[in-house]
Amino acid sequence: MESATVTDSPGLARPSSLLASGAGWRRRAKDRLMTVLIAGAFALAMIPLISLVYEVTKRGIPGLNLDFFTEDARGVVGEGGGASHAIVGTLVITGVAALISVPIGIMGAIYLNEYGQGRLRRALTFFVDVMTGIPSIVAGLFAYALFELFLGPGIRLGVMGSVALSVLMIPIVIRSAEEVLKIVPNHLREAAYALGTPKWKTIVKVVLPTAFAGLVTGVMIAIARIVGETAPLLVTTGVVDSMNSDPFHGRMQNLAVYAYNEYRSPGVFKQAAYDKAWAAALTLIAIVMLLNVAARLVYRRYKTEIR
Amino acid sequence: MFKLSEDVVAEPKEQRALAGGAKTIEVRDVNLFYGDFHAVEDVTMTIAPNKVTALIGSSGCGKTTFLRSLNRMHELTPGARVDGHVSLDGEDVYAKGVDPVEVRRLIGMVFQQPNPFPTMSIYDNVAAGLNLNARRVPKARKDAVVERSLRGANLWEEVKDRLHKPGSGLSGGQQQRLCIARAIAVEPEVLLMDEPCSALDPLATLAIEDLIAELKNRYTIVIVTHNMQQAARASDVTAFFNLDATGKPGHLVEVGATNEIFTNPTEKQTEDYVSGRFG
Repeated sequence: MESATVTDSPGLARPSSLLASGAGWRRRAKDRLMTVLIAGAFALAMIPLISLVYEVTKRGIPGLNLDFFTEDARGVVGEGGGASHAIVGTLVITGVAALISVPIGIMGAIYLNEYGQGRLRRALTFFVDVMTGIPSIVAGLFAYALFELFLGPGIRLGVMGSVALSVLMIPIVIRSAEEVLKIVPNHLREAAYALGTPKWKTIVKVVLPTAFAGLVTGVMIAIARIVGETAPLLVTTGVVDSMNSDPFHGRMQNLAVYAYNEYRSPGVFKQAAYDKAWAAALTLIAIVMLLNVAARLVYRRYKTEIR
Repeated sequence: MFKLSEDVVAEPKEQRALAGGAKTIEVRDVNLFYGDFHAVEDVTMTIAPNKVTALIGSSGCGKTTFLRSLNRMHELTPGARVDGHVSLDGEDVYAKGVDPVEVRRLIGMVFQQPNPFPTMSIYDNVAAGLNLNARRVPKARKDAVVERSLRGANLWEEVKDRLHKPGSGLSGGQQQRLCIARAIAVEPEVLLMDEPCSALDPLATLAIEDLIAELKNRYTIVIVTHNMQQAARASDVTAFFNLDATGKPGHLVEVGATNEIFTNPTEKQTEDYVSGRFG
């Protein structure tokens, strides 16, 4: 086969002089067009986000007052009352869900990354992937069915909501923790083994501390993901007007269901109810934002430079 | 340099080490596999105590694989297998019932890339062997061990004022000496070093070679190096490994006193390698 010289190929033809290559205005125009298109796509993607934040802020602020944060809705039929029970409920339900999900999720990730081999590991990874796609209402129905088995029909408890949220949260924690553990370089594990350290101790004392910042970030992002879930909580924690911070007894309100309820059944004073709903939505967004900011701060403070 | 240990009540293991705890490693008919791939073939040699044995040979001939089989690190790779006999002072290292973790406490290792634990301070890095393995060690004893190890690694003077700063703030050569201090803090009987200077500049390399010359008084040292001059400078015994062709297993060609290997080798392959005709 004859080998063509470089100049035979039209695409690689050498310009007669470098200065003459300035006539590549076509290429520059194409560059600029692509830049504009890409920037335009980005702006398009940002529009719903910015518009959402703007609307929620605009409509939510009128509903924010001291009462909103300090009073619950017990016995209130008018304009008064607040959402303190919903705020506390969200924090409790999400907190218990995190308490369940984080140990299970991180230990699952440790198993998959450090111990798992062959078919079992592939099967488990597949199931975790499937779980990340479970619709949240299904998780809620699962939790309800589980508790109904033991406690009878119509049961509503804060902890049921936490169990439903855990079903959604565990696969997220496992996936992100697994990625973080993978990043821990193997030569650190080898250094510990070479000192005569058993495997479990290497994981606890070397791998986990090195991955700490990433693990915390993953957990916080998982929490932010589930904090606004409404459907599973509708069927598990119910709707209630008074403050309840005990997850093991009785119904518990939370911000997402509260917003839904205020919008759906506004009662006589429609505007006040709508205001409260928007305020609840704004509070939820604020919580998510705070969690993300906290995740970044923790990451920056605790990250280890791995060389 | 070792005066400090007299101030501390020596535990039985320390006394054994002070009395010269370096041990002999006997290797007989060792074959190493990665799954079906035969990586190293039929190695038989004795690694003498209180001597530096250098393993030399071109890239890919199995030196590092063989080194890692001595402290049972080879089997950590999935699918890796060891056939043959390796014994530490008469005790079979691969016998049924032998805990590889215990073997690695007695045969320490220093790696090519310095790898101090990034989340720990210099002090904690050196004490890592104690923290990760032993039960609670009283602080006074831990301080003594850390100082002794850092002095032993010729690093004490440079870091004594910043023991609680992270280990990653040191230069490459200092980090490698930190890893050596960490390895000797658990008082192994043998120290394996896998190309410890290949990532370092010539000055740092010289510092490590001087250190090795001191360390051999207390430990048996096996060092893999692809730098022939280093082997000629720093070792007492040299073992030359070679490959017949890529895909074939590496094998031990010749082992003997370093002087002999470099000036009057028996095998032609060895002579070709040490005179630079290939490799």
